[in-house]
Amino acid sequence: MSKTPGAPTVSTLADLFGAAYQIEIDAVERYAMLADQMEIHNNPEMVDVFRDLARAEGIHAEEIRRQAGAIDVVAQARRIGKWTKGESPEEVDLAAAHYMMTPWHALQMALAGEKRAVAFFTHIAETAKDQKVVQMAAEFVEEETEHVNLVHRLLRKYPAPPESWRQDLDPPISQE
Amino acid sequence: MEELIVTPDTQLACKPSDYRSDLKPVWCPGCGDYHVLMAFTRAFAQLAVPAEQIAVISGIGCSSRIPAYTNCYGFHGVHGRSLALASGLKVTRPDLTVVVASGDGDGYSIGGNHFLHACRRNIDMTYVVMDNRVYGMTKGQPSPTTEPDFDTAISPGGTGLSPFHPLVNALASGANFIARCFAGEPNETAAILVEAIRHPGFSFVEILSPCVTYRPDQKQWKDLVHPAPVAATNDPAKAARRIMTDDGFNIGILYRGERRPYQPKFQPQSLDPSVLEQEFEI
Repeated sequence: MSKTPGAPTVSTLADLFGAAYQIEIDAVERYAMLADQMEIHNNPEMVDVFRDLARAEGIHAEEIRRQAGAIDVVAQARRIGKWTKGESPEEVDLAAAHYMMTPWHALQMALAGEKRAVAFFTHIAETAKDQKVVQMAAEFVEEETEHVNLVHRLLRKYPAPPESWRQDLDPPISQE
Repeated sequence: MEELIVTPDTQLACKPSDYRSDLKPVWCPGCGDYHVLMAFTRAFAQLAVPAEQIAVISGIGCSSRIPAYTNCYGFHGVHGRSLALASGLKVTRPDLTVVVASGDGDGYSIGGNHFLHACRRNIDMTYVVMDNRVYGMTKGQPSPTTEPDFDTAISPGGTGLSPFHPLVNALASGANFIARCFAGEPNETAAILVEAIRHPGFSFVEILSPCVTYRPDQKQWKDLVHPAPVAATNDPAKAARRIMTDDGFNIGILYRGERRPYQPKFQPQSLDPSVLEQEFEI
């Protein structure tokens, strides 16, 4: 029921909450990894940005847990496991990281992830047979769309860096 | 739910994070080895083998740092000698799951001879080589798998040498399982690692793992890799033809052999240090 290859099959409300929770937890882990990378590579501004993004996704995960009520989302998410192909929608691309990246780059990563989440839930809302699933998926679409809008608002605060953003005055160079 | 990585109830206790140590990796941001680490921990979680029953053995290089980032037993060994260490460990402790991590320099140059004979011996372990076709840790020298025209300050105009073909050599030397993965696909890589670890004998998994610092051109690998169009074969002749004629970006399990693994009958010896010291008495 998902057009994303390797995505979990979402047939019930429990499946949906499990998938939604897993998406947020995956995002938290990914942003935390990136924050650690930036810490090791002495880019403190980006440490804060990625920690903030991880915190925001963690809050969203907790909201999903509350919304799920009696459904044990943690168990559902564990049952679902990881995406079998590709990665879950909000797992931002680790390969896009750079030790001199800026908040604009992080927000571009986040924007792409939120858009993938919108597409994921939209597809469920359009194809699910269970009306409860349709309704809840539509709510998730609204929430993820709000996240997209939020990232767009943040991007006004952090405009694109100049072309020279990756210029390193003391770069790693090949041995001569 | 057939699309999912099925985790039976008995395996639910294992999470990838259970296999991560507290150490933060020092790889360059964007390095493919981060994805390989994720694939390792996801594979271990799927196998549901307790961390203390796994040994991750490595040599020297960026990729060889990986044991420290797992929560398993590990040995960050001597350059090129990871397979020798791992072979000794596996024959004395066949109960352990032994996974060996290496890079293209450590594995195919300094440790090249060990690679051939580890394939030949067919001891039941999994050898993972993170191939970025460059010596990254020592600042970008050409490795055995570097393309002949890779132009660097240390090899102007390229080395002009034909690259080593690890999969062909693994097959010719007797490896019992051969696969190629792409680091940027950690879930697919984890699934192949699970199969490699489960397969009896010496399993060889080459992971294309881009070096974003000295080989930024490798960022394009994500657009070049593609799934192997046919299923794995157990026929070495078919596998040889496939491996020798593919484009180097064919991802998947390419060969599943049926050779019996080598496991010598091991007689446990006394671990009393005084007994061991007698051997070295002058």
